[in-house]
Amino acid sequence: MILTLIEHDQGVIDPQTFGMLTAVRGLAAEQGGALHAILIGADVAGLAAGLGDYGVTAVHLIEQESLDAYAPNAWAACVVEVMAAEKPTAVVGVGTERSNEVMAHVAARTDLPLAANCLAVQPEDDAWFVTRMRWGGTLHEEARLHGEPKLLTIAALGIEVETAPSGSAPEIIAVIPDLTDADLLVRVISRVEPERKGISLTDAPVVVSGGRGVGSAEGFAVLEQLAALLNGAVGCSRVVTNNGWRPHAEQIGQTGTRVAPELYIACGISGAIQHWVGCKGAKQILAINTDAEAPMVTKADYAVIGDLHEVIPALMAEIEKLKG
Amino acid sequence: MSQLPEKAKVVVIGAGIVGNSIVYHLAKLGWEDIVLIDKGPLPNPGGSTGHASNFLFLATHSKEFAEITLDSVEQYKELGVFTQCGGIEVARTEERMEEFRRLMGSSKKWGIESRYVTPAQVKEMVPFINEETIVGGFYTPGVGVVDSLQAGTLMREYGEKKGVLSSFPNVEVMDIETEDGVVKAVVTDKGRIETEYAVIACGVWSPRIAKMAGAAIPLTPQVHQMISVGPIDVLAQTDGEIGYPIIRDMDTFMYERQSGGDMEVGSYAHRAILIHPDDIPSIEEAEMSPTELPFTEEDFEAQFEHSLEIMPDILGDETAGIRHAINGLLSLTPDGYPLLGETTEVKKLWSVAAVWIKEGPGTGRLVAEWMTHGVSDIDGHHSDISRFSNYARGEYHSAQRTAEAFNKTYGIVHPREQWLSNRNVRVSPFFQMQKDLGAVFFETAGWERPQWYESNKKLLAEFGDRVVDRPNEWDSRWWSPIINAEHLAMRQRVGMVDLTALSIFDVKGSGAVAYMEKMAMAKMDVAIGRGVYTPILNVKGTFKSDLTILRLGKTHYRVITGGSDGPRDMKWFNDNRPGDDSVTIQDMTSALCTIGVWGPKARDLMQSVTKADMSNEAFPFGWTKKIRIDGVEVLAFRISYVGELGWEIYIPMELGLGIGQKLWKAGQEFGVVPVGIGVYGTTGRLEKGYRLMSAELDADYNPVEAGLARPKVKKADFIGKEGYLQARAEEPAALLCTLTVEDHTSKSGVKRYMQGGEPILTLDGEMIQDAKGRYSYATSAGDGPSIGKHILLAYLPPQHAKVGKKLLVEYMAENYPVTVAAVGSTPVFDPNNERMKA
Amino acid sequence: MDILVCIKRVPVTGAKVVLTADEQAIDASYLSFAPGPHEECAIEEAVQIVKKHGGSSTALTLGPDAAVEQLRYAASMGVDDLILLETDEEWPPMPTARAITAAIQAQEKKFDALLFGNESADAGGYQVGIRVAHALGMPVVTGIKKLEFEAGTAVAHRQTPAGWEIYEVPLPAVFTIKEGINVPRYPSIPGKLKAKKKVIQRIAPEEGDVGLEKVRLVVPEAEASDVTILGHGAAAAPQMVELLGELGLV
Repeated sequence: MILTLIEHDQGVIDPQTFGMLTAVRGLAAEQGGALHAILIGADVAGLAAGLGDYGVTAVHLIEQESLDAYAPNAWAACVVEVMAAEKPTAVVGVGTERSNEVMAHVAARTDLPLAANCLAVQPEDDAWFVTRMRWGGTLHEEARLHGEPKLLTIAALGIEVETAPSGSAPEIIAVIPDLTDADLLVRVISRVEPERKGISLTDAPVVVSGGRGVGSAEGFAVLEQLAALLNGAVGCSRVVTNNGWRPHAEQIGQTGTRVAPELYIACGISGAIQHWVGCKGAKQILAINTDAEAPMVTKADYAVIGDLHEVIPALMAEIEKLKG
Repeated sequence: MSQLPEKAKVVVIGAGIVGNSIVYHLAKLGWEDIVLIDKGPLPNPGGSTGHASNFLFLATHSKEFAEITLDSVEQYKELGVFTQCGGIEVARTEERMEEFRRLMGSSKKWGIESRYVTPAQVKEMVPFINEETIVGGFYTPGVGVVDSLQAGTLMREYGEKKGVLSSFPNVEVMDIETEDGVVKAVVTDKGRIETEYAVIACGVWSPRIAKMAGAAIPLTPQVHQMISVGPIDVLAQTDGEIGYPIIRDMDTFMYERQSGGDMEVGSYAHRAILIHPDDIPSIEEAEMSPTELPFTEEDFEAQFEHSLEIMPDILGDETAGIRHAINGLLSLTPDGYPLLGETTEVKKLWSVAAVWIKEGPGTGRLVAEWMTHGVSDIDGHHSDISRFSNYARGEYHSAQRTAEAFNKTYGIVHPREQWLSNRNVRVSPFFQMQKDLGAVFFETAGWERPQWYESNKKLLAEFGDRVVDRPNEWDSRWWSPIINAEHLAMRQRVGMVDLTALSIFDVKGSGAVAYMEKMAMAKMDVAIGRGVYTPILNVKGTFKSDLTILRLGKTHYRVITGGSDGPRDMKWFNDNRPGDDSVTIQDMTSALCTIGVWGPKARDLMQSVTKADMSNEAFPFGWTKKIRIDGVEVLAFRISYVGELGWEIYIPMELGLGIGQKLWKAGQEFGVVPVGIGVYGTTGRLEKGYRLMSAELDADYNPVEAGLARPKVKKADFIGKEGYLQARAEEPAALLCTLTVEDHTSKSGVKRYMQGGEPILTLDGEMIQDAKGRYSYATSAGDGPSIGKHILLAYLPPQHAKVGKKLLVEYMAENYPVTVAAVGSTPVFDPNNERMKA
Repeated sequence: MDILVCIKRVPVTGAKVVLTADEQAIDASYLSFAPGPHEECAIEEAVQIVKKHGGSSTALTLGPDAAVEQLRYAASMGVDDLILLETDEEWPPMPTARAITAAIQAQEKKFDALLFGNESADAGGYQVGIRVAHALGMPVVTGIKKLEFEAGTAVAHRQTPAGWEIYEVPLPAVFTIKEGINVPRYPSIPGKLKAKKKVIQRIAPEEGDVGLEKVRLVVPEAEASDVTILGHGAAAAPQMVELLGELGLV
């Protein structure tokens, strides 16, 4: 049996979780068919039924008032409790910040190894052979994962979600966890809504992003104008934040935000690995660069070779013309 | 961007400052179908230009560098990319102050405005300097910074607008095809371009590209460390890129150069860090750029401290961070000069490598003119890539020498300073004999030559007061009074000089006579057995070389030239060979060794070892003869570069040692002394007023000025004849004179001895400039033990070129009286050459 | 307050990654090394905490002798003490966490806060800080972009797509830091000179059970470039607008 951790926040299951379920379904079939899920929270029973569509056969439902706010260590305690009772061959989370965190707690509590952000899993007799992401996915590591059960998270960003061919309502198994104060010590005590200055990077259909080639903080004015014109958001590379031209909140990349807009316009960005990791999820990438051989250009879908300070004003004029 | 063309007149590889300058000047000179390619993007393809600190200091001891840099400044100014900020070289030691005094002489003679400044004056210009760390400064107001990338863009635009240049970034050279030793095509990853010329202007990658064609460009990429520290308020408050003079902290081999709100601190102090051209990362692999390698902090530790000492307020500010730090790659060569000209190995493949920002545009002009006219306005012969002997074209020599050269970048380098690395490469058969006699070896073109022999120390007592010692350490560095004692002993008895380092090549064939007439200024169709000294002129009629030619047969000549001049001269002779097989040239340098036997007893010595008649009647001056010594046939040439009776004897290399020992043994009876190159190249030569290529002779002077004009001009055409005829028709702007120093006593009472290079001044202390704008300076300097005076050679304008004229020489910021002792080629010792012709 | 910051030596990569012949590491012949970006911010945070609250900062790394360079880098930013857990090669998360735990327990100094990067830039295991926290019985908050201390407790802010989550934990505690919490300073020259003089406490840890055993690294095959060049310079504007139209963006 494979036990999966269902990630959710504020009543919504994280969409990547379905990718993870899609990916482990085959694995579960190989391991005897059972694909269990664990749902943790104060009021999450409503989320359980739909999981059957993704092949989940049983849901361990842990509902408790104290779990109203996200508490990573308490979540882990719940997982460990189910593990102890159900003896799964593997416990799998999704490779998000939150699930990676919970699974790391699980690993620490059980003193088991954890492979985070796996792309492929090949069960073998003893150790499982896994391929996992390093450097935000620009490098892969093939490794043997020891321990019993196997703990891993799946990098699900690129997985096309598929429903199970014979989805049926999963069995609901209610579990009353034995949580201590210590388990609940670290928990969200309050939330602050994000400051909304226009559209957010992660929601914007268009991200107009600038790199070293923009030249200066002032140089971003044209990018802002273009973003406004396209109802998009402005992003930037790490060089730019390091130079203090833009705030870190706008940084796209491995250590910044990862975005997946309809169109990503990379202006004067060379395309270092650090940055590529953050923008490769875009549906289409348009690079504007003086260097036709820049990695950003060669990896993009479309490119314009030229100085962004000439190209963007011309583009805006053309759009204005269109709008009359 | 259009398609890469299939054909071009010239393909220039590399779009850094050098490649851009070349295409600019080729375009200006009327070339068409110029193609510029680079494997990187434009305007910054990722080579050394992209990370250069972009400042131009002007003062240098080298005429070639001075002329090229001054020309570059003018060009940068014309392009509007030059910002004058001034530069101060500061000294922490008295030794460096002395170097500044020497440098001032160089600044004056190249027409560069420089002045001494006190620590307080430095502080006035650069308020954040800790003036207590320095003892003085050398200020050159004309120093400035440039935008070398912008310059490159403007230069390309010139050619592109003129319609003669197309530029292609992101095109990588995969091969250079040649046919019969001539460039045929440049093959790239984007297509093949058939071309008449290819120019390699690839900086640190040049050796790799040249190798594709089978040519050698002997440079080695090395690391120069640079950090950028900021933000610094006082700098940020200035307008634009730079508001304060650049400081060169010479004794720590460092510089501090403002760049906007940051201070760039660079170093030439660290260990030599060599990077093989094949080990330079690709643009994609590189973290910053291919020529900006990761900073190795452990090599910069002392430099952190030194920079804090000199600018404690701004660099010691804890809020000023090291925002950028690189191991930047730059090109170094075995002798510090660039690598310019057609490669020795492949025709129409030109090298323009190891050129720094301060030389870029000037070099571009020089090489473009050279490619167009066969000669350039500025003489670039020190940088001629064909100067290297075969052994020196390899990676090994380049790596060894450039490693040693790196710390000389800001070092105080004595004019006679010897290289320590890769020595004992070429040795004569007499090497062990010489070692046993205590020879102190100096190197030329890889050859080890005794400069003097410690075993001759005993001669010092013999000649007593006639041998002058030099009390000042600088004056006596790489020098010994023994040289003068050897000189006197030779003039009194007989000396043996090892001349194996001479470059020798034979010219043979049915076309030899006509060909040699074309090459030489002097008549070549002379009697068989004659030896002739002749200038070799370039197409404008100034000096390409000077050498001696022996006619050994009807169609057989032997050319004898200086060891270090040989490779360049041989290329010149080869380049001008007829296209058919009527003339062949064979390098004999490694086949022959040479001994000079000179002095009043030379004939007695020679006659004692050979049955050949060595009398003046049978063997007159200027003639050659095959003679036998112990049955071995050798070629004897009655000539002398030291003004004595005697012969140069050319011996097959493997037979040399036996003959040398025979002569040495036989010579004991006549008081023979081993004599070093100190006598041959300096004291003996100067007493006879003999000119030396690169010292007195270069492409800036013609034979009339050098006093080498012949009484008549030969009928036959020869290269440079037109210019020579014109020079003869004109009043010479300057004449080469021999001057003697009348008083050596400095203000401190120590006697000082000029080394060569010192400005010659009027009695009012004014610089002397000729009608062509050239300043007078000592082209050579050395002792004249037989005349009891220190001798200088210098070009003087006609009004000063008069025997008995009193002038001054400036040496280390003091003036000494000199007198013109001879004008033209008349020697100050034995003016009628009676000794040689005895 | 006494702060420990744990950092990792990682190569600074260009646009293309090349592996060593044994496929065990990135070929760093042309690369420099640095603490990971998250950790650089953790160092800065540690220095700022000490500046504000007093106390001391200590940097710890597990890695080869060459990682001294990263410790000195931390010192040049203002960290007081340095600890090197010297290993031959990269260790997986479990033994790394065990070694760090043991080293912390061996210190006379009892730290009020342990700072880690949220995940290492190279391996991205997302777990060492959490494992150390469990081993030491400390609470841990991850992904921190704002951190404040007040009378024995810490308020930590974590950014999620939905906004900020606020946590409050008693000290001592572990925090894993994310880039953006601050702008790390560039070391100054005096900082460099001070760092040079620091004595490094060296510990030779034992690896033990690895748990996750690296077999090899693989550079994923790059997708073939099939970029469509819309044009050059300003002249490409109409083609760009056409593209925006096709995507329904104008």
